[in-house]
Amino acid sequence: MIEKKIQVINRLGLHARPAALVVQKASKFKSEIRLIKDEDEVNAKSIMSVMMLAAEMGSFISIKAWGEDEAIAVEEIAKLFEEKFGEE
Amino acid sequence: MEKLKKNKVWQGIPASPGVAIGKAYLLDREEIKIKEEKLPPGQIQKEILRFKKALHEAKKEIVKLKENIAKKLGTEQAKIFDAHLLILEDEVVNQQVFNGIKEEKKNAEFIYSRIIQKTIQAISSTKYEYLKERVADISAVSTRVINRLLGLKQHTIEPLRTPGIIVAHSLSPGDVVQMKKESVLGFATDTGGKTSHVALLAKSLGFPAVVGLKGFFSKVRSGGKLILDGDKGEVILSPDDVTLKSYELKREKLLERSRSLLELTALLAETQDKRRIELSANIELPSDVESAVENGAEGIGLFRTEYLYLASSDLPSEEEQYQIYSSIAQRVYPQNVIIRTFDMGGDKFIHDPERPYEPNPFLGWRAIRACLDLPQVFKIQLRAILKASSLGNLNLMLPMISSLEELLKTKEVLEEVKVELRAKKVPFDEKLKIGIMIEIPSAALEADSLAKHCDFFSIGTNDLIQYTLAVDRTNERIAHLYQSFHPSVLKLIKKTIDEGHKNNIWVGLCGEMAADPKAIVLLVGLGINELSTSPLAIPQVKKVIRSIEFKEAQKFAEEVMRLNDSKKIEKLLEEDYYRRFGSENFSKI
Repeated sequence: MIEKKIQVINRLGLHARPAALVVQKASKFKSEIRLIKDEDEVNAKSIMSVMMLAAEMGSFISIKAWGEDEAIAVEEIAKLFEEKFGEE
Repeated sequence: MEKLKKNKVWQGIPASPGVAIGKAYLLDREEIKIKEEKLPPGQIQKEILRFKKALHEAKKEIVKLKENIAKKLGTEQAKIFDAHLLILEDEVVNQQVFNGIKEEKKNAEFIYSRIIQKTIQAISSTKYEYLKERVADISAVSTRVINRLLGLKQHTIEPLRTPGIIVAHSLSPGDVVQMKKESVLGFATDTGGKTSHVALLAKSLGFPAVVGLKGFFSKVRSGGKLILDGDKGEVILSPDDVTLKSYELKREKLLERSRSLLELTALLAETQDKRRIELSANIELPSDVESAVENGAEGIGLFRTEYLYLASSDLPSEEEQYQIYSSIAQRVYPQNVIIRTFDMGGDKFIHDPERPYEPNPFLGWRAIRACLDLPQVFKIQLRAILKASSLGNLNLMLPMISSLEELLKTKEVLEEVKVELRAKKVPFDEKLKIGIMIEIPSAALEADSLAKHCDFFSIGTNDLIQYTLAVDRTNERIAHLYQSFHPSVLKLIKKTIDEGHKNNIWVGLCGEMAADPKAIVLLVGLGINELSTSPLAIPQVKKVIRSIEFKEAQKFAEEVMRLNDSKKIEKLLEEDYYRRFGSENFSKI
């Protein structure tokens, strides 16, 4: 299992478009991937679940992955957050 | 008898610009009643399969809509339906439905709609506007699935008998896609927001629309006269004659403007004596392509690829770049796209926490110089461009070329990439054309030898002027020394054009000068073959070109070139311009 903690830094937070980017990226990997915010843990491959996380700017998210490609999965998803999803 | 209240104005959210005047056509959709049914024993697997089948059929419908819109508006807009597909295939929701059916032994539509309602409630209660608008998408998708489960026909926009304005409680993107210009004048809904997919589609397809009217639907009588103002976001019920007249005027003006734009785009950019000038568009983002097409661009004369590197702190991958280049190539085909390679400071290329200090970035390590120093990184962009070139309408353009050596070195690197791709049997355009920006004085002075090794020139006047006059136009103290029509600059432009033509290559211009109405006659007269400007400037430039004679423009250019004073030249250009066009509202864009 690999875990990485990142912060949501784009102004509008994890709204619809970034959520879709996360889900599309996560779905490419074989591993089981979860996003955790405070007490909520959601499946990163489910658009509805990721949207409901409603993670606003400043919130901290843990990315967890289990599987053969867990390392690269976590890395690439973390990158999306770090690059502010191409916004701004 | 109650007197009808006239001019009742409803304020909603402007979704798509334009004015529509006509009869209201109410789209009354019955709410689907979902019954909770207990499944007979042994039917559970069947029910799960029935649900899967409904998902499968809904997917087919959505994919079809996506293709429909991709054809009409391009792949960017069709991404709306990608979002719908994500919702449809949501593994958490769908698994919950399977589990619900198994555990509670109830029918699929009941379990599914219950889960959807919960999700919608959860999302509606967040503070994000952008997120809330996705509720509309979730609704659209779930309605589609439920219709499949209940064997109901998907709602269509029935062909209206007479043209009218559609009024509904809510509409889905699928509805907007079906609207036909002949019968739908515009639409108004109770629900929806400015950035909802329905609004975006309305804008792209050109239907004036107002959303978020909250309760309007129940107050409208079918057949009642309406005025819809998509710019203000207002709908006026039972307008009186005065209001009607003024809106009819407004609508005529808007229609006239778009009609003349449309007419103009159908005409060629040629002089009275049939000299053709190619008018292309400068773009920065893939989404600019729509504006380029609308304004009648004959191709993309300059695609600045810097934004790809600005959007993230990491270098864009080959795959990402390939996707973007090929989608633009496809959208614009058979017209050409000229992709300019990376034109920024080399520090963007390297992950150096202590960025090398550039005392003179303008004269420093940037663009082609940085690329040639970092061939592995440069090759990523070249590979992506080559791979995207298989349609045959892509061209490469190199920025900041200052010597023949740089051009030849680049061609060597490009050849190395081609050899790699050939070995891997990856197809690309073997005849990919290479051009260079002429923006450094040394390149203009050496145009003759450069022209022998490339396929075209594009004059970048913004930088050419700065380098030639040694002026940083952002330095307020000396910005006044930045004179576009300095005789030295004009001489370099003329030399570039003449030597390019001597070597049988075409010469274009992509700086701000191309959009300056008073510069057009001069440039045409000097023999420029192509002008590339921001999309909005194209119609005006075309108007100027169509109204002049090439022979006359050549004489005029000779006259200008005889002058040796910037002020005299500018005066001559202005006088000539006003003599031809009077005080028409040609303004510099």
